[in-house]
Amino acid sequence: MFLRMILKTLARQKSKMLMIAFTVVLGVSLSTAMINVMLGVGDKVNRELKVYGANINVKHKDAAIMGELYGLGVNDKFLYEEDALKLKTIFWGFNIIDFAPILESKIILTAPGKNLRAEVPINGTWIEKHAILQTGEELNTGLRALRTWWDVKGEWISENEADLNSVMIGNSLASKYNINVGDALRLSSNNGVVKNVIVKGIYNDGGNADEAVLTNLTTAQELLNLSGKISSIEVSALTTPDNDLARKAAQNPSSLSAEEYETWYCTAYVSAICHQIQEVVRDGVARAVRQVAESEGTILNKTTLLMILITILSSIGSALAISNLITASVIERSQELGLLKALGAYNYQIILLVLAEVMLTGLAGGIVGYFLGIAFAQIIGQTVFGSYIEIAQVVILIVGIILFLVTIAGSIPAIRYLMALKPTEVLHGK
Amino acid sequence: MPILELKNVSKIYGSLRALSDINLSVNAGDWLSIMGPSGSGKTTMINIIGCMDTPSTGSVILDGVDISKENAANLTRIRRDKIGLIFQQFHLISYLTAVENVMIAQYYHSMPDEAEAMEALEKVGLRERAHHLPAQLSGGEQQRVCIARALINSPQILLGDEPTGNLDEENEGIVVDIFRRLHDEGVTIIIVTHDPEVGDVAQRKIILEHGKVIQDIDQSATFGEALKLKSKG
Ligand SMILES: Nc1ncnc2c1ncn2[C@@H]1O[C@H](COP(=O)(O)OP(=O)(O)OP(=O)(O)O)[C@@H](O)[C@H]1O
Ligand SMILES: [Mg+2]
Repeated sequence: MFLRMILKTLARQKSKMLMIAFTVVLGVSLSTAMINVMLGVGDKVNRELKVYGANINVKHKDAAIMGELYGLGVNDKFLYEEDALKLKTIFWGFNIIDFAPILESKIILTAPGKNLRAEVPINGTWIEKHAILQTGEELNTGLRALRTWWDVKGEWISENEADLNSVMIGNSLASKYNINVGDALRLSSNNGVVKNVIVKGIYNDGGNADEAVLTNLTTAQELLNLSGKISSIEVSALTTPDNDLARKAAQNPSSLSAEEYETWYCTAYVSAICHQIQEVVRDGVARAVRQVAESEGTILNKTTLLMILITILSSIGSALAISNLITASVIERSQELGLLKALGAYNYQIILLVLAEVMLTGLAGGIVGYFLGIAFAQIIGQTVFGSYIEIAQVVILIVGIILFLVTIAGSIPAIRYLMALKPTEVLHGK
Repeated sequence: MPILELKNVSKIYGSLRALSDINLSVNAGDWLSIMGPSGSGKTTMINIIGCMDTPSTGSVILDGVDISKENAANLTRIRRDKIGLIFQQFHLISYLTAVENVMIAQYYHSMPDEAEAMEALEKVGLRERAHHLPAQLSGGEQQRVCIARALINSPQILLGDEPTGNLDEENEGIVVDIFRRLHDEGVTIIIVTHDPEVGDVAQRKIILEHGKVIQDIDQSATFGEALKLKSKG
């Protein structure tokens, strides 16, 4: 009976119900597309960005092994500073955007006139090195370009002669010992070498580096008596996203056929670049370090925000449209609904009747909208991101909940009207 | 024993007293007609008796319960259980057949039962037209469907606001005849009418003016005669 009444009402109010269904189709398809793109592309772009911005770390092979096995840094095996420049000579040298050799160790930090004595990490590196390769090619590289996110109080140190006696320190270290820009410090190594330096800048890295002292590579080498030696090289390279071949090669390059090897070697896969780096850096082992740089994350967040905004706006739009249509439909039928009240229907029964109609219509529109939305998502994926969008099951749930809330919200004015509707007002109308 | 008692009932709209200090007692099984000029408060009174409105002051005792202070949900329940309503404009649902229109009242009362609904239509002589839509029925037939719907849940009181107002002479006769049979079965009938003939075929007639009962006429003496004239049965 209930169902028959609903179906007959739906049939009779065909045009209004079709409008409601149409509104729902629009809203749901948009939401489905947006949420799918958001989840699918978010993941995908994220993965690709990671590889695109891949950082590669080159270490001494013993240090690498000890690090992997025991999580230890090995301090008595070093790479050669002169090998660093050879990175630009590899097959994919052009894809190497920036790199910096680093010498890391510990030193004793004291300050004249201060009650301070601490053993702290020291990193010596190229800050902004200008070099001329054997090929005659000129090159600027160094840590400064690899640490774009650093927030520096004071100034960066440079490669100038004068800055050989300047250092930067991490902000954790600075606040721990109350060190400010311009302060004088004394660095002494185990070998008895002592240097008086000035703090030129205090940086905020957000990681372990915030505990350390940063100097020019030469300064560190002199302090530690390790002329020409480095611990590692940090490399930023443009790479091609990995495919099956790249993954196979990454596991074991010798498993490739000659032809596969050729293809792999001549494609800028991160594994191929690592392989080529190892060919020029004596005793070096190159590994990709996964890390999403800040800017890349920001782009994604903005895209996500935009899509959420579109989804919310389209939901509000649908709710308003539905609300108008339902209210109109209820007012049009107020005599009939008033009669049901007179016959003994409770308010909630009438409301349920109207909600059931709307929900049924919404459901039909929702199903059509969902599939349309999936099609939309693919179109967006292909045209905007150039990739297939994985369809997430969870979207059905999310869109279902949104649809439910939107229909309920849209029904509120009609429900209020129904609650206030007096049978006497509609039944005695002459 | 009175099934309905109005004690000092007034209904006030702003400065207008639609009903003014009404006292009325109706016995179970009575047939009462309410007459009076337009605007005298007849519909207002029917609405209050039918639990669709509440008085501004005074109390209404229906079957031993004071309904003047009940909330909307309770009024709905009482109306559903005790009152059958018929309307001048019939108010059938246009997309439901005659029998479905009767079953609607069953649905909101208890459970739809098609056989019982058919029986109710049989009583008003409409078994053959049970599966027609209201638009395919004459005015008189529609009013009979409306009566069948009002009676389906065996109400104690049948209330009608001008139930014959839209009917011709012949259909009026048919409807009055149905009332007569209901009266014989012991249903209390309260009918608002403008038609003196319909007003006369009742045991009792009250006349309202400006919200007051100005006459209360016992017609039991002439009741049988008038009914015989009017009824086609
Ligand atoms: N909701 C309302 N608000 C204000 N005044 C009302 C309302 N309902 C009825 N009235 C007034 O109350 C008075 C009585 O109205 P009612 O409908 O009871 O008259 P009636 O006797 O049924 O008249 P009719 O024979 O024309 O149907 C009228 O003056 C009417 O205008
Ligand atoms: Mg009236």
